[in-house]
Amino acid sequence: MPDAPGLELIAQDLNTAFAGSVEETYHEHDQAALIVNPEGVLDVLGWLRDTPGQEYGFMSSLHVADYLPGEPRFGVHYELLNMARVERLRVKVALPDVAGADELPEIDSCVELFPTAEFQEREAYDFFGIVFRGHPDLRRILMPEDYVGWPLRRDFPIGGEPVLFTHNEVEMPRWYE
Amino acid sequence: MVRVSAVGDRDTVADRETLERTADERLVGTTAIERTGAEDLEPAEELLTINMGPHHPATHGVLRLVVNLQGEVVKDLRPVMGYVHTGIEKSCEDKAYWKVIPFVERMDYLSYFFQMEAFCGAVERLLEMEIPPRAKYLRVIHMELNRIHSHLVWLGTSALDLGAMSMFFYCFRDRDKILDLFEMSSGQRMHTRYFQVGGVFEDIPLGFERNLRAFCAEMPSRIDQYAAILDRNEIFLNRTRDVGIVSRERLLELGVTGPLLRAAGEPWDLRKVGHYLCYDELDFKIPVGTVGDGYDRYRVRMAEMRESVRIVEQALDGLPEGPWIADDRKIVLPPRDELSTSMEALIHHFKLVTEGFRVPPGEVYYPIEGPRGELGCFVVADGSAKPARVHFRDPSFVNLQALRDMCLDGYLADLIQNLAMLDPILGGIDR
Repeated sequence: MPDAPGLELIAQDLNTAFAGSVEETYHEHDQAALIVNPEGVLDVLGWLRDTPGQEYGFMSSLHVADYLPGEPRFGVHYELLNMARVERLRVKVALPDVAGADELPEIDSCVELFPTAEFQEREAYDFFGIVFRGHPDLRRILMPEDYVGWPLRRDFPIGGEPVLFTHNEVEMPRWYE
Repeated sequence: MVRVSAVGDRDTVADRETLERTADERLVGTTAIERTGAEDLEPAEELLTINMGPHHPATHGVLRLVVNLQGEVVKDLRPVMGYVHTGIEKSCEDKAYWKVIPFVERMDYLSYFFQMEAFCGAVERLLEMEIPPRAKYLRVIHMELNRIHSHLVWLGTSALDLGAMSMFFYCFRDRDKILDLFEMSSGQRMHTRYFQVGGVFEDIPLGFERNLRAFCAEMPSRIDQYAAILDRNEIFLNRTRDVGIVSRERLLELGVTGPLLRAAGEPWDLRKVGHYLCYDELDFKIPVGTVGDGYDRYRVRMAEMRESVRIVEQALDGLPEGPWIADDRKIVLPPRDELSTSMEALIHHFKLVTEGFRVPPGEVYYPIEGPRGELGCFVVADGSAKPARVHFRDPSFVNLQALRDMCLDGYLADLIQNLAMLDPILGGIDR
């Protein structure tokens, strides 16, 4: 991973290339991270991938964390890797929740830049309800297609769903539909 | 050439029709579509869409593939998964850190030691905790045994998919020996919960080393036998060679890691570059393929088993004396015998069992080299005794995206081969 001055240099270069794209940097447990503005995420990822001297060409993971009650609520994490130098860099997008009840937070999809993100963005959509604009096939991936709700959000209760057996089917109204 | 018959004029040249032969390629074409004449039989606008799975013995679990077929040529393929999704990541958020360990083991049910290491290692990094050297070696021994175990199951089931039934029994015979070793050290054959935050649960018992050395002495010759069965098997060779080739660059774009990537010629192994546990002190090679077809994937995994045996032997030779778990009473359970004599130990025991230990706020991503590729664990701690988020970057889940590239414009029968050599574990994909 880039050391602390190296991380600052990356942040500086990014802010020169795309003003206001990097909001903050932090170094934690030997891992470097950039906190990036949601609007500029594709610029930042593309710059990190293609700029000579950076070349973080491999995305090892994309995952989301829900920081409720923190603000902004969601963090979309892109774990980038430079295989030649064995350097990892986390790009974290702080994504605020949207006010409307049936609206979802949106972010640009990076499938064009990193095709590996296709399944992982679908997974993030499935579990957190984050819409990736421009994703070729944004459907639920692990939950059933007709599932309602975003199960890995922190305000989604943990608990079971009633399983239909013959002994309790009469208690489930219109179970046969 | 006209051969003059001894019978004489009954067999004159004028009565003959010589059957000309040409090379096979010119007769049947070069691509799968041309060979099967699929274009004439089935025009492109009338493709057949079929479901393979979810209950198909060759999908290694409950994986459903929606396949578009032209004749018997795969034109498109979409994996559908989630049939064994059990919400483990969500359940982990409601459990104390030490109770999460048995949960994460059950994701990828063939590489439970790796799942444990990914999670425990991530938590240890959040706690800024160093584990004792003996624990590192014991972890490496068990993880490499687990790698052999996982590859043996892969070899048995994949060979079974390709028609070599006896391989299944041979591989499971050796796998059972590994499970016996796990049972010896931890009391469980699978899902052992052997790794703890801070080290391992228990030292290896008397006799473990002897049995392990006997296993290590036997295993290389076993691998030779398996290679001898498959490497000269005409069916196996024809079905794996030059099938399912995806270029190294494309695999990297798709995020594929592990034996699949190494078979395509990229020597990427986190054990070499990740500097975790004691792999830096051990001498082993990274097997790398050249063509990147199914046969290379098979060979890379076979060579990895040999290397894993070497790693286990070296780790056993270099196994340091000392404690096997860190001496931090705020995190690690006190020894059992202290409970009856020490009040502090009893209090610590009570606190750890009821509430668990607290982890300072922070987030960490800890990748290790699993049997299928980069297995990463992402943990967010919020300062309480329960993790705020546990995410596993499962290699099967990411690698599965490469299946489409492997199968396009190939035969449907090759899809089985590609899937077998991809080695997905649906428990890990669905979590």
